[in-house]
Amino acid sequence: MKKLLCILLACICLLSLGGCHGSKGLQAFALPEVFDESKTYTISFWAKNDTNLTQVAIYEQTIEEFEKIYPNIRVNLRLYTDYGRIYNDVITNISTNTTPNVCITYPDHIATYLTGTNTVVPLDELLTDGRYGLGGSEVRFDAPTAEEIVPQFLSECYVNGSCYALPFMRSTEACYVNKTYVEKLGYTLPEVLTWDFVWEVSEAATAKDADGNYLVNGKKVMIPFIYKSTDNMMISMLRQKDAGYSTDDGEIQLFNDTTEVLLHTVAAHTGNGAFSTFKISGYPANFLNAGQCIFAIDSTAGATWMGSDAPLVDISEDALVDFETVVMPIPQFDTENPQMISQGPSVCVFNKSDAGEVLASWLFTQYLLTNSVQIAYSQTEGYVPVTLKAQNSAEYQDYLAREGEDNELYYEIKLQAAKLLLRNTENTFVTPVFNGSASLRDAAGQLVENVTKSVRRKETVDETYMEKLFGDITSLYRLDQVGSASASVGKADLGSLPTASVVLLVTLAAAWLLLGLSAVVGKIKKRRK
Amino acid sequence: MKKVLSFVLVLVMAMSFVACNKTDANNDTPDVKSEGVMTYAEYMAAEMDSQVVIETYVQATQSWWDNKITVYTQDKDGAYFLYNMTCSEEDAAKLTLGTKIKVTGYKSEWAGEIEVTDATFEIVEGNYVAEPVDVTALLGTDALIDHQNQLVSFKGMTIEAIEYKNGEPGDDIYVTVSKDGNKYDFCVEVYLTGTDTDVYKAVQTLAAGDVVDIEGFLYWYEGVNTHITAVDAAE
Repeated sequence: MKKLLCILLACICLLSLGGCHGSKGLQAFALPEVFDESKTYTISFWAKNDTNLTQVAIYEQTIEEFEKIYPNIRVNLRLYTDYGRIYNDVITNISTNTTPNVCITYPDHIATYLTGTNTVVPLDELLTDGRYGLGGSEVRFDAPTAEEIVPQFLSECYVNGSCYALPFMRSTEACYVNKTYVEKLGYTLPEVLTWDFVWEVSEAATAKDADGNYLVNGKKVMIPFIYKSTDNMMISMLRQKDAGYSTDDGEIQLFNDTTEVLLHTVAAHTGNGAFSTFKISGYPANFLNAGQCIFAIDSTAGATWMGSDAPLVDISEDALVDFETVVMPIPQFDTENPQMISQGPSVCVFNKSDAGEVLASWLFTQYLLTNSVQIAYSQTEGYVPVTLKAQNSAEYQDYLAREGEDNELYYEIKLQAAKLLLRNTENTFVTPVFNGSASLRDAAGQLVENVTKSVRRKETVDETYMEKLFGDITSLYRLDQVGSASASVGKADLGSLPTASVVLLVTLAAAWLLLGLSAVVGKIKKRRK
Repeated sequence: MKKVLSFVLVLVMAMSFVACNKTDANNDTPDVKSEGVMTYAEYMAAEMDSQVVIETYVQATQSWWDNKITVYTQDKDGAYFLYNMTCSEEDAAKLTLGTKIKVTGYKSEWAGEIEVTDATFEIVEGNYVAEPVDVTALLGTDALIDHQNQLVSFKGMTIEAIEYKNGEPGDDIYVTVSKDGNKYDFCVEVYLTGTDTDVYKAVQTLAAGDVVDIEGFLYWYEGVNTHITAVDAAE
């Protein structure tokens, strides 16, 4: 009987230990003393390109050069053209512990990845380690030091006080303006674009002749103002208005009176045919280049698609219209205090059971910040390098100075877009990062999309509509489940334990108690003998 | 008695099968719409952004994702592209070739593509599989767009260029073809025909100068942008 009891208890203990192991996840990464160069490491790099084959070529060349420097590291590239797909694939792979080693990402996404245990490697120690840190003594290439990364860009990679990524490229949004049409309508572009100006000109551009052709372009199609990223649109407007979006610790403030006023403004101009969005109508660049749009707001990383002479074009040649393009910061409410979003890819390193593999991943991540990679990649679009080392290099300065020399590498709109960000780095902002911030961002955009669609569908957009919209969006993105508690990633209050867990814990406690009692009784009996 | 009963049952079953077959739209009978459902002509005449209710038949689906599915559908009179229609993964499996569905959504236009968005659907009885329509002669004419989203074929197209969206296999393949000196941009859409499909593999082997017959859905993106579903050496 005793033996049977012991076996039973031992089984329970083993099972419970196994259960604990399963829920623990990976051990926290510890930097190895030395990088084992006798061992071969194969790491995966999930990257995003902007449907731009030059970017693909640069990734491939980067890997080739890195593998020459570290012959024991092999990098497998997997390409995406959509951040959302990377995010979904990573989430799927976290549960099976098959995440990539290195991944292009957004801090909002990292906040979600961090809900796994030790999933993403904190880089704080790696940034400054004298041997393998940025520009460390054992690093075999000319890497930037931590101080040489643009501080503002690096600060965007901190989640809950720890650095979980390195910035890779940075961009902002720009308003690509058909200056020819603005002036044709009798307006002069102001030094700083304002929302009032954009709306006023857009309304003026909706005038038609008796045959239904727009007066400004003589065509049947004209959407004067198109915004590519409506989440950025709402976020930027709220920021400029100093209105609520979210607090740093994850309290949702999006659904406020200012948001409602802004949405009514969007509704009014949509109703007059002055505004639409990428999701509803198509790429702003295509409308702009066809002379069917006057204000096209898109990323500076989309600059190569903008303008009559754009090197990348998606519409037929005969649809292109000749006009003067001007690259301006997005419209502002306060011209004295311009604000625009900072965006662009960052890179994170995923944890693995082999610390050497993680170190190999870190070395590759660091390589992405070298001048050769930074300058080459930034030149593919209106990106700017994230290191001062690259920005201040003679090579990059020469590149900037050659604006307009041709319509390829030195395409003037692309260089103007990059310069816009370089001039305005101090005026950029990012939104707070917490578990759920990615959903909040989507929700902000969806508000604009829904209102725009509803107006086009001739639905009534009034107070009642807004109330329902706020409720629907809150529910759709589960924002009622995101709050202050989720701000501490991985430390959310999960409420009371389920009954089954309580029963298991009580059983375990009882088992240990019985084991103890059995041992004590045994000893007493031995002594008596 | 049992034998007689069995015989009668078999007869009834056989008759019912025949009857079922008659409800299919695979013959020359007109495509009769239910009450409150638009004909294709009414759908095309409907104002942009207005609500539409249609009955149509599944011809192909793109991969299901995030409770949404994009469906190429067609009735006897024309085609309807259902973009990101709300659909559970379980229901997605039921959207097989020829399945008849009743769809409620909004008529929309994105970059020239007429589509139904924000749609919901229910499966109804009926089945129809469209045959490709040869539209080679319509290339470069205004009449081509009348076949938008239909299953079509092009004969004797010359391959001008093959380019992977990402520079390497795994994503869409951009196929530039020409006919009578004019170039057209077609595409192997990876969400429709994945990397393991015959057409994806076949297009990978093509080279500039090859002359081929192409089948596909007449998708539109700033102009004709056929989503290729089959390719063969020209007859």
